[in-house]
Amino acid sequence: MSERKNWQEVELGAQLPAATSLGYKTGGWRVLRPIFDPSACTHCMICVTYCPDMAIPVAKSEQGVAGKGGRVYKGVVRLATNLDYCKGCGICAHECPSKAITMMREEEAEQASCKL
Amino acid sequence: MGVRKAITGAQASAEAMRQINPDVVAAYPITPQTPIVEEFAKYVADGVVDTEMVAVESEHSAMSAVVGAETAGARAMSATSSQGLALMWEVVAATPGLRLPIVMSLVNRTISAPINIHCDHSDVMGLTTLGWIQIFSENAQEVYENTLLAIRVAEDNRVQLPAMVNQDGFITSHAVEPVEIFDDASVQRFVGARSLDRALLDVKQVRSVGPLVLPDYLFEFKRAQEEAMSKVFEVYREVGAELGAITGRQYPFFETYQTEDAEAVIVVLNSAAGTTKAAIDIMRAHGKKVGLLKPILFRPFPYAEVREALKNVPVIGVLDRSMAFGACAPLYAELRNALWALDKRPAMQSYIYGLGGRDIMTTEIEGVFEELLSGKLDSEHQRYIGLRG
Amino acid sequence: MPTLQEIAWKTDGPDIRFVSGHRMCSGCGIGAIVKTVLAASDKPVVVVNATGCLEVVTTTYPFTSWNTPWMHLTFENAASVASGIEAAYKALKRSGKITDDVNILAIGGDGGTYDIGFQALSGALERRHKFMYLVYDNEAYMNTGDQRSGATPFGANTTTVPVGKVSFGKPQWRKNLVEIAAAHRIPYVAQTAAHSIMDLYKKAQKGFNADGPAVLAVLQPCTTNWAFDPSLTMQYSKLAVETNFWPLYEVENGVVHINVKPSNRKPIEEFLKGQTRFRHLFKPENAHVIVEMQKMIDDEWARLLKIEESGIQF
Repeated sequence: MSERKNWQEVELGAQLPAATSLGYKTGGWRVLRPIFDPSACTHCMICVTYCPDMAIPVAKSEQGVAGKGGRVYKGVVRLATNLDYCKGCGICAHECPSKAITMMREEEAEQASCKL
Repeated sequence: MGVRKAITGAQASAEAMRQINPDVVAAYPITPQTPIVEEFAKYVADGVVDTEMVAVESEHSAMSAVVGAETAGARAMSATSSQGLALMWEVVAATPGLRLPIVMSLVNRTISAPINIHCDHSDVMGLTTLGWIQIFSENAQEVYENTLLAIRVAEDNRVQLPAMVNQDGFITSHAVEPVEIFDDASVQRFVGARSLDRALLDVKQVRSVGPLVLPDYLFEFKRAQEEAMSKVFEVYREVGAELGAITGRQYPFFETYQTEDAEAVIVVLNSAAGTTKAAIDIMRAHGKKVGLLKPILFRPFPYAEVREALKNVPVIGVLDRSMAFGACAPLYAELRNALWALDKRPAMQSYIYGLGGRDIMTTEIEGVFEELLSGKLDSEHQRYIGLRG
Repeated sequence: MPTLQEIAWKTDGPDIRFVSGHRMCSGCGIGAIVKTVLAASDKPVVVVNATGCLEVVTTTYPFTSWNTPWMHLTFENAASVASGIEAAYKALKRSGKITDDVNILAIGGDGGTYDIGFQALSGALERRHKFMYLVYDNEAYMNTGDQRSGATPFGANTTTVPVGKVSFGKPQWRKNLVEIAAAHRIPYVAQTAAHSIMDLYKKAQKGFNADGPAVLAVLQPCTTNWAFDPSLTMQYSKLAVETNFWPLYEVENGVVHINVKPSNRKPIEEFLKGQTRFRHLFKPENAHVIVEMQKMIDDEWARLLKIEESGIQF
């Protein structure tokens, strides 16, 4: 939001169009980053439904994705965490029954990704 | 030409609502407003109107339901008085900022304490800074026509603000008078239907209404709201001309009576203006050059027009039916503001009358005119009409 | 009954009704509650939100997290506003001005529901408007920093009833909102909790489909003012159920059904520990408070079981 509107331009009664908060990235709040290990995931959707920030996107996969135990999981599968919005609360890691998510300090995670 | 019916001010209000046929009415009973909603409820019960009526559990909920309905896309109305208005104050205050063109009847009654069910203007004068259009009515006929007018002014795209139509509790609301009611078809053509442009129930245009606005933007919204209020004058004139084509009457911002050559003028709202006209007729018969200015559109206040109308009047008395306790009475303050820009300002006197429903008689008005003509005035101190001691 | 996969597709898939970018505290469960409830409706949902955490964090102008029609008016009137929306819906449908079907959802926190919005809620339930009222109950005024509400539990430390030399925190038990709502003889009332997504979804679905008003009371552990690590929100929600502090049950057409009966209910200390608001209770001089709390929880549970067994309708 670089340019702020003048009074002649603001919406009647401050009505807003839908879903504009997608433009407000809360990922910057994060201290801990969830590190997702797809090879340990059963795509049970506990992390997805618990995520208070809708930061774990899902897709429908007919051919399936490889997960825990080398199995292929079809149907609704979770994708990589959307770090634009993830606040790093760690509910996903704490609740994951397969221990497929671990929380890492953000600066360490950044260093680790630089090395990669 | 309309049909003459012998009805009360409350019934005149309900009659206008019947013709408007709003989608939703939400209200709570309170004296002296109750006959409006009772009368309207009969229309609902008999299927005379299509309205969804919500008999809520408080005035706070009445205005909340009306705001919900209006935001949803409906044309929604309510009516209240005094304590009811006080209870709904929070929501009344929020309505102009949401830019909702709600029309509400206010049957003026004093605000407690001491508790009293009778007329004065302390209810409405407590919220004249909130951003509602305020229209005042001398009698049942004006109540009826002002309600029709208010709908169109409020809903005009240049305005989109709520409007309150005032009438005096009991004096107007409960007194039977002949009222000319115009034919349903003409009136309904005039009021039309509310646009669904901003309807929350239009699920194809998803919107959020009533967000939190921080210091970076709130000021801009309030300035836009003020701009809308300033547009009321032109819209009121245009809509008044349209209504006049049906009624044969005119809809000025204020009425003047015998002011042309007047040496003293009284300014007074609502029913006491009728009493003042009677007093003027008596005094004119005795050669006293006295007149009246009766404000109708009180918010926004037509300062320039009032100034123009009164520029040649040497003495002006302003009669307020409420006090501002420690400050100029509300109507008096507006008149001082309006006339301040004159090169030659008139002598002015503030009077308080009629609190808690105390009658004001023509003889008392004549006394005020005599005092104004005598020149024994004190613009810094208000005087009291009909007060003991 | 849908699977968790199907629910996830609705809460986080392409038709998402509640989007990212809101400013709830990290780890706040309100997001999970709201997206699940919205997903349970097969029609578009028109939301009216009382002032509170949810309203403030989701609609800071010019941002809104709502991808469904939403409005806020003031604090105490979400149910009255919903009444007006429902009346408008009926009128505009009848006159043919609108054609889309919707569900109407009012949302408030415990302050906006148990306390200041109580009268408006009761009025709307009594008038039988077709809408669902959702209360996310974090057990105090959390948006303004933890002041006591009618939902605050016995023994809790709050900023308006703080612990002190002669105070162990709140000396009263909380209101039973579910029973109060059920006393209005409405078709559906349920109590559920943030962690129990399937239960929450199912109950929201029943509420939306009820033939009249419905009330859904959802426990929402507050990471900020209960003061636990943000990763533990769902854990505290589970513990509330496992200790019988917050039973999962529903009142459907007046008949009580308990959804979860812990086989070995955990002692209340399991729920209390780790929460700053209850820290003082573990001091020796306050041991009696925990004893009393445990007794009240067990008595309430026994009573609830009896009501269920009796089959007597509310």
